Amino acid sequence: MDKEYVGFAALPNQLHRKSVKKGFDFTLMVAGESGLGKSTLINSLFLTNLYEDRQLPEASARLTRTLTIERRGVEIEEGGIKVKLTVVDTPGFGDSVDCSDCWLPVVRFIEEQFEQYLRDESGLNRKNIQDSRVHCCLYFISPFGRGLRPLDVAFLRAVHEKVNIIPVIGKADALMPKETQALKQKIRDQLKEEEINIYQFPDCDSDEDEDFKRQDAEMKESIPFAVIGSCEVVRDGGTRPVRGRRYSWGTVEVENPHHCDFLNLRRMLVQTHLQDLKEVTHDLLYEGYRASCLQSLARPGARDRTSRSKLSRQSATEIPLPMLPLAETEKLIREKDEELRRMQEMLEKMQAQMQQSQTQGEQSDTL
Amino acid sequence: MGKLRLRQIPDQLKVIELIIQKRGPESGPLTQGSAYARARAEARRARATSPPPRDSRAHRRSLLPRSPAPRPRPSLEGLPEARTDAAMSELVPEPRPKPAVPMKPVSINSNLLGYIGIDTIIEQMRKKTMKTGFDFNIMVVGQSGLGKSTLVNTLFKSQVSRKASSWNREEKIPKTVEIKAIGHVIEEGGVKMKLTVIDTPGFGDQINNENCWEPIEKYINEQYEKFLKEEVNIARKKRIPDTRVHCCLYFISPTGHSLRPLDLEFMKHLSKVVNIIPVIAKADTMTLEEKSEFKQRVRKELEVNGIEFYPQKEFDEDLEDKTENDKIRESMPFAVVGSDKEYQVNGKRVLGRKTPWGIIEVENLNHCEFALLRDFVIRTHLQDLKEVTHNIHYETYRAKRLNDNGGLPPGEGLLGTVLPPVPATPCPTAE
Repeated sequence: MDKEYVGFAALPNQLHRKSVKKGFDFTLMVAGESGLGKSTLINSLFLTNLYEDRQLPEASARLTRTLTIERRGVEIEEGGIKVKLTVVDTPGFGDSVDCSDCWLPVVRFIEEQFEQYLRDESGLNRKNIQDSRVHCCLYFISPFGRGLRPLDVAFLRAVHEKVNIIPVIGKADALMPKETQALKQKIRDQLKEEEINIYQFPDCDSDEDEDFKRQDAEMKESIPFAVIGSCEVVRDGGTRPVRGRRYSWGTVEVENPHHCDFLNLRRMLVQTHLQDLKEVTHDLLYEGYRASCLQSLARPGARDRTSRSKLSRQSATEIPLPMLPLAETEKLIREKDEELRRMQEMLEKMQAQMQQSQTQGEQSDTL
Repeated sequence: MGKLRLRQIPDQLKVIELIIQKRGPESGPLTQGSAYARARAEARRARATSPPPRDSRAHRRSLLPRSPAPRPRPSLEGLPEARTDAAMSELVPEPRPKPAVPMKPVSINSNLLGYIGIDTIIEQMRKKTMKTGFDFNIMVVGQSGLGKSTLVNTLFKSQVSRKASSWNREEKIPKTVEIKAIGHVIEEGGVKMKLTVIDTPGFGDQINNENCWEPIEKYINEQYEKFLKEEVNIARKKRIPDTRVHCCLYFISPTGHSLRPLDLEFMKHLSKVVNIIPVIAKADTMTLEEKSEFKQRVRKELEVNGIEFYPQKEFDEDLEDKTENDKIRESMPFAVVGSDKEYQVNGKRVLGRKTPWGIIEVENLNHCEFALLRDFVIRTHLQDLKEVTHNIHYETYRAKRLNDNGGLPPGEGLLGTVLPPVPATPCPTAE
């Protein structure tokens, strides 16, 4: 009956309306050696042309180039929903002859975004915090190798606690189906062996229908995704036009699930897990960073918070929130200490002088 | 199934034989001069008009165990003494003495006086070389997983690479570059070839690949050193075993952008020491347009950096060679696909790769350039590869070593000087 109906079942609609008005922002990082089809894949995923004015340098120029971080933003609208997508690129990764520590700029970048968010969060005006944290990192693995290379392992180890990693095999049209399966298995084994934590898809609820569960299981089985990207439309002899690559021996279709896992990746990244990626970034990775940052700031003796479990807001408020980053605060304290000491010295000097003048005065009085 | 056509090697040698007839005490290397051109043209004509090879004989290819004793050298291979080191004469104090060669004969039209039978020497030579067999040493360099072993197996239609032996393919990437040489004897049409495949696992696979080409350069120089030692021996073997690297296939990763800095560094250091043939590996990831763009960019980069791959422009002898090699150079680096599996296509069994969107045929020129590479390396330029290695790269090394030793041959020679050790740093080559 109507008097039983309160009406808060409409809450999700209100939320939906609000978030649609606000829009979403999502930061995606792509990393991997050059020439694995990263830019083409991004263009294919989001049906844009982000890399139009890109100039590829020659090999001799790449000899001395260091890794740079480039950000490209685009606003995509679909069905009334606006997404502000930022793609972070890492040109120069794995290029040079000596790639030791070439991942450090990337790690630094991710941490800087966390720092920025931490500062904004602790600041006074929290109305319009820009979330520039990296929500997801698509790491491209070469299909020509035999699994993860030493450089891949080093990079993944450096960033796996700081960003959601989704491993992807680029240019998957180099592989026959058996080779793809063998490579995927090899990569999965290597990831387990090296204890690298990639993004774990949440298990679907038990009340979902069988079809969805099957799809979900399929998707989990096909990690790392073997993808092919293309922005060209080919007309394959009378059939309807498809996006793909035309070879002399046949045409690869990007959106054909038998040819590659592009559809799976797109569905997962955009359609079903976009929000989850943001949540995991915020609740797990960012909190982990924040805890370790604050713990090093607080006096020693504070509780150990290095566990990666979910932290609740209440426990964190016991530690004083920093107003400034660590180094600046310490500097200020030291400066203030010095000032105090100087003032004390001056005071003592003045006191001594006064005493001296007093005794002199007494002496002159008695004379 | 196609043929390797090793039988064509004696024909390539025939050309050299014709020079002996035509030139007298002229100086200059054996493979230079217009006499060479004329001789080659004659050889080609002779090939065209000669009766077709007996097809009734089955073209066998078998893997024989390595023959223990070296066969005696055929007379042809004594010929290098006839040359003077024209290019190196400024470094070597005195040229080697010329053997007794008959004066340039007055050209008698033999038809007038009856058939003499001089031209049967070609056949005699061919028989000798077929009995002796050939040495060929090919090195493959490139990152792991680019299909080096598969390609070599496909080239020689036999399981000759490291992949075929009992090596476990799941082995860890070695921490430094290793050099692994595996030898096989292949036979076809009565011609035996002792093929050695030199693999370089670990190249370019580490995080820090500085100087990873050094072990390779050292190996190549060591082979030159071995040959040099044998050559300067007082009592030397009739046929010096030739372990020098005749050809180095360098595998470029098909990124579609440009060469990687490591590729440039390797080729810069080694193009003056060994014949480098760059190939684009796993070319089935590129469409036709991407392939031609990539090849153009690679060629331009190599040119800009002064890297000469085989066939080098500076060693083209005459116009005919130049046009032939120009055509080859324009289509290099060859974009290849290798495979050791067969599939059924249009009723034929072909080597290829089967994907859900089609079957890539390795020997189909519309699909990839493997057939061009095979013809180039085996059917037309095999002998030339060996000759350039011997006449140019080896001579450069030798000249440098003699120079270091004060113009004296190394070893227990005239003054009892002992051979200095192989230099740890590679010899800078003379320009």
